[in-house]
Amino acid sequence: MAVIADIVTFLCLVGGIASMLIGSYGLLKLPDLFSRMHAAGMVDTLGLGLIVVGLIVQAGISLVSFKLFLIIVFVLYTGPAVTHALAQAALNAGVKPLLSDDERQDGS
Amino acid sequence: MIELIDTALLLIMVATALGFVFIRNLFAIVMLSGIFSLTAAVLYVVMDAVDVAFTEAAVGAGIATVLGLVALSLTGRPDEAPSKRSNIGPFLVTMLTGAVLINATFDMPNYGDPEAPAHQHVAPRYIQQSGDEIGVPNIVTSVLASYRGYDTLGEVVVIFTAAVGVLALLGRRRRATAESRRGAGSAVEGMTGKSILRVTTKLLIPSIMLFGLYVQFHGDYGPGGGFQAGVIFAAAIIVYALLFGTHRARRVISPGIVRFVLAFGVLLYAGVGVAGLLLGGNYLDYNVLAHDPVHGQHLGILLIEFGVGATVAAAMITIFLTFAGHDRPMEE
Repeated sequence: MAVIADIVTFLCLVGGIASMLIGSYGLLKLPDLFSRMHAAGMVDTLGLGLIVVGLIVQAGISLVSFKLFLIIVFVLYTGPAVTHALAQAALNAGVKPLLSDDERQDGS
Repeated sequence: MIELIDTALLLIMVATALGFVFIRNLFAIVMLSGIFSLTAAVLYVVMDAVDVAFTEAAVGAGIATVLGLVALSLTGRPDEAPSKRSNIGPFLVTMLTGAVLINATFDMPNYGDPEAPAHQHVAPRYIQQSGDEIGVPNIVTSVLASYRGYDTLGEVVVIFTAAVGVLALLGRRRRATAESRRGAGSAVEGMTGKSILRVTTKLLIPSIMLFGLYVQFHGDYGPGGGFQAGVIFAAAIIVYALLFGTHRARRVISPGIVRFVLAFGVLLYAGVGVAGLLLGGNYLDYNVLAHDPVHGQHLGILLIEFGVGATVAAAMITIFLTFAGHDRPMEE
């Protein structure tokens, strides 16, 4: 049983770290603010979520895992709202997405 | 492994500090200072100083960043152009001071050295006897609130003085321009029309407040206490003010009440000390507060932590509302 828990934790941690790496790489490489936010979302939700799930499996059913679960709940709850606020603020400030419709017509 | 993590964190802090020097955009510098504090907090966690990490994360990365941003919105964010003057003099002074400081570190004991002076003087007594003398599981709380009660009283008075100073400098001018403000609009108008953010925040604020109360009254048993709780509680109010505007925030929590709580916290702390004097003990001696010394310690720590939390929360709310409700100087 402990072995299965260890394997699940291992897979979750590796998956979480991989998503964080991919997200960070995208954050550096993608061309404009909106696509970068898309990459950053992967770090927030998938990366952090998988790592915390892995830790919950290790902690078993206890107060610690409940607190870890609350972390997931609050990150999943606030993350999209923050992303929304950031995108809204960028649009209000006049930042245009790189691949907006008029832009694409110019390019083709 | 620990060395690797330490090195990585310290490198991040050095990189952030270099960012302070080379970046000219004040907005970016405020965000960098938040990152700096957060990295410091992680470093404290690695060192097992969870209470300090908690304070650093709440105060340094949380409230200080928000206050910095509000201060920027107040001053209109003038991005300073690099000065043409020669920087050789300041550079030499900085290098010299740095060299002296680095030289001084060679005399310091090694990290974690049990023979270090800090671990010789009173620390053994705190670790061995605070369980019997104070009866509080979190040694940090018993040191902070009981053994070192004077120091903490001083810290609370410093925070109180800061809030009073902000009120004295900015509070009066705001009242004088109360009519012009309606036309000009205050620095933080509140993001009206953002219904998604409003709904999210409305659901979030109660849990932030509940967490603040948990941190306040659970400080005897785990990391936490008045300082962190006060900042978290103030954060709930500040989030409300950011989203719904300072005018509505003033109606929810009136400045008069905040000012009363600001003074009440310090008075409660000092009053517990006076109560100790009247009951025949020393100033801030909690042993005499109840029949049983350990009960007295519990009661005293609970009261003074509550005083700390009240003053810190009120001070942060006061500073934020005074900054945010103030007119932009350019629009006057």
